[in-house]
Amino acid sequence: MSHPLLEVKELKTRFSTEKGTITAVDGVTFNVDYGETLGVVGESGCGKSVTAESIMRLLNEKSTKYGGEILYKGRDLLSLPESKMLDIRGNEISMIFQDAMTSLNPVFTIGDQIAESIVVHQKLSKKEAMKKAVEMLRVTGIPSPEKRIHEYPHEISGGMRQRVMIAMALSCQPSLLIADEPTTALDVTIQAQILEVINELKEELNMGVIMITHDLGVVAEVCTRVAVMYLGQVIEEADVDTLFDSPRHPYTRGLLQSIPKINGDREQKLHTIKGVVPALDNVPKGCRFAPRCSFATEKCLEEAPVLDELPNGQKVRCWHHARIKEREDVPDAIEAT
Amino acid sequence: MVITNDAQVNELSLLEKNVKKERRKLLVKRFVSNKTLVTGTAMLVFLTLFSFAGPLISQFSPLDIDPANRLQGPTAEHWFGTDNFGRDLFSRVASGAQVSMGVGLSVAVLTAIIGMVIGLYAAYYSILDHVLMRFSDALMAFPDILLAIAIMAVLGPQPVNVVIAVTLAKIPVVARIVRSSALVIKEQTYIEAMRAQGASSWRIIWRHILPNTVSPLIVQVTYVFAIAIILEAALSFLGAGVPAPDPSWGNILFDGKIVIYNAWWMTVFPGAFIVLAVLALNLFGDGLRDLLDPHSNKAIKE
Repeated sequence: MSHPLLEVKELKTRFSTEKGTITAVDGVTFNVDYGETLGVVGESGCGKSVTAESIMRLLNEKSTKYGGEILYKGRDLLSLPESKMLDIRGNEISMIFQDAMTSLNPVFTIGDQIAESIVVHQKLSKKEAMKKAVEMLRVTGIPSPEKRIHEYPHEISGGMRQRVMIAMALSCQPSLLIADEPTTALDVTIQAQILEVINELKEELNMGVIMITHDLGVVAEVCTRVAVMYLGQVIEEADVDTLFDSPRHPYTRGLLQSIPKINGDREQKLHTIKGVVPALDNVPKGCRFAPRCSFATEKCLEEAPVLDELPNGQKVRCWHHARIKEREDVPDAIEAT
Repeated sequence: MVITNDAQVNELSLLEKNVKKERRKLLVKRFVSNKTLVTGTAMLVFLTLFSFAGPLISQFSPLDIDPANRLQGPTAEHWFGTDNFGRDLFSRVASGAQVSMGVGLSVAVLTAIIGMVIGLYAAYYSILDHVLMRFSDALMAFPDILLAIAIMAVLGPQPVNVVIAVTLAKIPVVARIVRSSALVIKEQTYIEAMRAQGASSWRIIWRHILPNTVSPLIVQVTYVFAIAIILEAALSFLGAGVPAPDPSWGNILFDGKIVIYNAWWMTVFPGAFIVLAVLALNLFGDGLRDLLDPHSNKAIKE
């Protein structure tokens, strides 16, 4: 197969609202290949989830306009009819959601819910599907799954529910898994276990994973490549080591600096990025990060930078990435005014 | 992950049976500990038995006229007395129960089904929502009785038409209840999760939204059942319901109105049964609400 698993090219997602059209995702481009985990990071409202929902075409299509291309195994998902999308969702591309507590239907047993997508996509009988549901639950590390499948969602814990969600999402062996903040609602130990499960299954099924998160710890743990998003755009993309070692975009640097260090000075205040994210209906003219950026010059305010590819494969959307590299030894470059 | 190991599949279904058995036990326990529901159910069982067994026990037909014995008070022979044509009141009230409760039940079932379909689709498709809800606003603007009388006037006095008239008057109420809870369910993450699993709109509406709206629906429908009995009685009392000489509780009240000062039994017995039926249904509905509401588990409190 010559096509990569997923190519997102210049994706634009626009919502028509009462105030006018809002572009929630503005020209996002990235690739995901088999067996690869792409981390998508950014703060709330930067378009991470909308990107994911655009790939799955889950948004209300009456008020949403898409632009660009989403090529899944070479087929453009944005131009597929809804009936074809039904076969892709859950079967080819699956998704796990942030809030496992509310992601399961309270009136069905967990076995019924896992079996349902198996019955729909794989045309197995209910009995065989149940058998497979047990198998899936065992794979995700739920003890005595034969008993668990007859329980209702309210009878099991949050970590268990997330495992059930994973079992459900992977029951048809999809090629691509989109995990939308799968561990945000869980405590740290369960978080680690869930990430472990996702990683193991990724390897077993050789699937691509898009890990949407705002937790850089999660990224460091499971991702092979990272795309950093800000206000609906990818502003930096690199493999994990490069991104953590030499971030080139001021925003990425800011994000990394705002992680508390375990051996850091106690008296020292935590680093913050100044200002707030502008509203989507009031996007700055030039570089979107310019108003909050300490590197910003006249040019930044006037002209929007493009996503530059560096020789090492790192992509940065900043006019000054060369300058930033030089100042790498100045840790507080962003805060200095 | 190879499937179809027969022994394992059998073991699985055995486990399932056990779990279901346990759940049933728990449900029975919750039912028994719910006094309101038990009382309501008992009263409903009594009324049903009365409506079917009554005409059999009684030696008189509800339609046989006996002018010599008209307007007799309750005696050993005529337990509830006789009416102004000498017909036995006990067998008339008992057969009337069949008519009145039959009308009520039919209305309840019909409004439940039609109201549910309208409510679900209105909640899921916003354009349909505007059309259906404005239509139901229009229906709700009429007082129930007035609307029912108007429909009866067009269709003619027949028990079937009573059912149609009352159903039409009550559909908007049920549709709105279903719609409002379906609107909430529709926005839940698990519905989006099901869409992400490739479920079609049809599947989402019928398999996932519907079961979540069933409990408010059932509770509402028991109240509609009660209201339908009252409406039927009112229609028959006004002469726009079940046509004479067939008995219904409203008909008997209508016959008794002229002689209310001489023959109290003609008003009291059918009236008492209307009260009994409505009370039974309201208790049943309240009890059912508690049983279906996971937040009020009375069995645990004991």
